[in-house]
Amino acid sequence: MSEAETANDKLNYLNCEKGFLSWLMSIDHKRIGLMYMASMFLFFVVGGIFALAVRTELFSHGETIVNAQAYNILFTLHGVIMIFLFIVPGIPATLGNFLLPLMIGAKDVVFPKLNRFSYWLYLLGAMVAFFALFMKLDTGWTFYAPYSLENSRAVITATSAAFILGFSSILTGLNFLVTIHKMRAPGMQWGRLPLFVWTLYATAILQVAATPIIGITLLLLILENALNIGVFDPSKGGDPLLFEHLFWFYSHPVVYIIILPAMGIVSEIVPVFSRKPIFGYKALVYASVGIAGISLLVWGHHLFVAGMSNFARYLFSFLTFLVAIPTAVKVFNWVATMYKGSISWDSPMLYAMSFVFLFLIAGTTGIHLATLATNAHYHDTYFVVAHFHYTLQGGAVVGLLAGMHFWFPKMFGRMFNESFAKFSWLVLFIGFNGTFLPQFVLGMQGMPRRYFDYPPEFEGLHRISTIFSFVNGLGYAMVLGNLLYAAFKGKFATSNPYLSKSLEWQTDSPPIKDNFAEIPRVTDWTYSYGATQ
Amino acid sequence: MFDFMPEAVSTWANKVDWINSLITYIATFCTVAITAVMLFFAVRFRRRSSLVAEETPQLTHSTLLETLWTAIPTVIIIFVFYFGLVTYQEMRNPPPNALEINVDAYKWRWEFTYPNTKKSHNELIVPVNKPIRLIMTSRDVLHSFFVPVMRVKEDVRPGAYSVAWFEATKVGEYRILCAEYCGTNHSYMQAKLKVVSENSFQDFLARSEVGEVVALPPSELGKELFNQRACAQCHSTDGRTIIGPSMLGLFGKTETLDSGEQVAVDEEYLRESILEPGKRIVKGYLNAMPSYSGQLSEEEIRGLIAYIKELRNDGQEANK
Ligand code: HEM
Ligand SMILES: [Cu+2]
Repeated sequence: MSEAETANDKLNYLNCEKGFLSWLMSIDHKRIGLMYMASMFLFFVVGGIFALAVRTELFSHGETIVNAQAYNILFTLHGVIMIFLFIVPGIPATLGNFLLPLMIGAKDVVFPKLNRFSYWLYLLGAMVAFFALFMKLDTGWTFYAPYSLENSRAVITATSAAFILGFSSILTGLNFLVTIHKMRAPGMQWGRLPLFVWTLYATAILQVAATPIIGITLLLLILENALNIGVFDPSKGGDPLLFEHLFWFYSHPVVYIIILPAMGIVSEIVPVFSRKPIFGYKALVYASVGIAGISLLVWGHHLFVAGMSNFARYLFSFLTFLVAIPTAVKVFNWVATMYKGSISWDSPMLYAMSFVFLFLIAGTTGIHLATLATNAHYHDTYFVVAHFHYTLQGGAVVGLLAGMHFWFPKMFGRMFNESFAKFSWLVLFIGFNGTFLPQFVLGMQGMPRRYFDYPPEFEGLHRISTIFSFVNGLGYAMVLGNLLYAAFKGKFATSNPYLSKSLEWQTDSPPIKDNFAEIPRVTDWTYSYGATQ
Repeated sequence: MFDFMPEAVSTWANKVDWINSLITYIATFCTVAITAVMLFFAVRFRRRSSLVAEETPQLTHSTLLETLWTAIPTVIIIFVFYFGLVTYQEMRNPPPNALEINVDAYKWRWEFTYPNTKKSHNELIVPVNKPIRLIMTSRDVLHSFFVPVMRVKEDVRPGAYSVAWFEATKVGEYRILCAEYCGTNHSYMQAKLKVVSENSFQDFLARSEVGEVVALPPSELGKELFNQRACAQCHSTDGRTIIGPSMLGLFGKTETLDSGEQVAVDEEYLRESILEPGKRIVKGYLNAMPSYSGQLSEEEIRGLIAYIKELRNDGQEANK
């Protein structure tokens, strides 16, 4: 402990400057990462409260706590906040910002001021989004025309928010791409790059390639409104299908922007906690880039019943199936890494293992949805709601939490209460599965989504789901409470408590302002655990 | 084991269910098997001392294993894709002899028009064992025509036709739902599907709608329409506020408008509210009601007004 205590008296990025402005004006990637984290989790809590309100309304059939209109506004608030303000910036903005330069042995990202600008844009976008949400936006987070055009001011505001937020994410993506190309420490060859960095790289490509589409959509919406020309509105000669295509051309890759970095985190955690080199490094790299590539070509699978030609349906179905292959490869590699390891059951590893399980459910139910014959039945039912919560919450959020536990001592130089962390992980795990497993069954039985009211025979499963959603919420309160407390009051940690060999651990915890006293030289990849070392 | 699908009533519903079960079994098997192996490793190779042992083997890749576990999912996937496609082709290609019915979707109700121009509202009546081809369009926003027991779903769009088809294999009453979010009362946009024998279907077609309608006294016609045309979704008849004002005791009342103006509820005001609902909005309500202009005959409007007038006094009509 004594070494650690002195480490914390040392000057580091947290205590080198004080005051609110020193944070807001900071161009230090570590501080920016933490600010993203604080803002995003604030929105997460708000979005979570709306989710619980939605679930409470669904506890009984008929009106339970709010009327139909308020219900529709509630699920829109929940979806918009969770997607655009929380999970899309997600892992890249938080852990990505914090870790990318540290992992490649750099002092900062290549354009630190641009990084700060991205964060400001994010705040601005969040404000505009809240502004839109106050305009009684009730379209769901998908804003489908022509319904959304009935409240066109709100939709233009919301799309502007998505555009500003999107711009912030394009800039982060660009920043990361150039950083990875230009700022690697001597000896950090492409083949030695940590897998988390590889997934950030693949994600950055998607951010830069797909996000501009949201800008085009916004422009068309404004043109339609201002000049009264028909783009999406059929009463003016426009085509609502065009909106759906544009929307998903952006929003489908977004799903992979969300999930790829979570896979990267799991690829970092499994080797450290198994004391084994990652199995199939190259395959994992190809799989990440492959998933990113295919993800640009599959948006049509959201529109199988929306009115596409039969041939387009067959083609999009086939392309969607292809995503399953690299995804399966990743799962096999993680499990194989554990073979003959020396596996610890610390909380980061519990999260990583539960990620594998939850993501298996998410991925395999994706097959039900990718198959045309069954998609017709499942589309826009609770089956889809369950499926995307397994990917977004079971996948991305659990991945993010895995990373936050793993790198917590790195970020704060302190340690959370490990037994409490394990216990809250369990509560979260039970609450999550209890909430969303019944929703698969509801979907099979034909319960459509975005329904304020439902026939009485669905009540039983809805009740189970609602009860567990409160357990799920409690789980989050416990996890976040534990981490928040530890960030300020936790015991001091040693500088590398999990004995990782990755570069970010080869400097102080918390790191000094410039990360490394001296730029390190890299002589080996980061996964050199095991016998011969 | 995972048989949660609703009753199967179309000619291909069983095939869809077969594929669905196949996928569910493969999915469950993969999830359980991989998780089991992971847990087995986690227990079997659990770190036993607090000291970190570094004598684990250097296994970094295996070309054989990795080829195998790329190839196996690929084969499974092509197999599933193929079976899904074969059935889907059937689902997408209605036979040429199908009976054609037009579907019009409105916020928040369904209207069906049969070959002899007869219409029905929120109730689709079809003969059993006969292919039905639906030609669908929306009069406002996106909707989606969903019949769980048929495994049919297809979006209904304004300004375009979309097509769905099915052949019912069993007489009975089933549920039609709207599956594309379409605003406030989306979840109430439901209709009945009545599968009947060929004879009853012909009877139904032969009955003249107009004849039936005129035979009813106006206020009873109004009461029928009030439910059929989904007025009741937003307007109660017992004093509760749903989306719009209640009809109970409405006639003869004085309403305050958004503009502050006062207006007496008379026949002319009711007529206008049905045909041009946005023109004068009562304070405290949203401009949410669709116009019924062109969708009701003069008799029908008269009937609705007669019915609303009847609801003028106390609550004798309550709860219906
Ligand atoms: C306690 C946790 C959560 C609960 C209980 C919950 C519950 C729900 C419910 C009931 C719906 C509405 C379903 C419908 O459309 O009919 C919904 C929608 C949605 N949720 Fe969650 N959710 C939770 C967490 C999350 C998280 C962490 C994310 C994303 C990272 C998320 C993303 C979404 C999205 C995108 C929608 C669709 C919104 C829309 O239809 O417009 N949820 N959720
Ligand atoms: Cu609808």
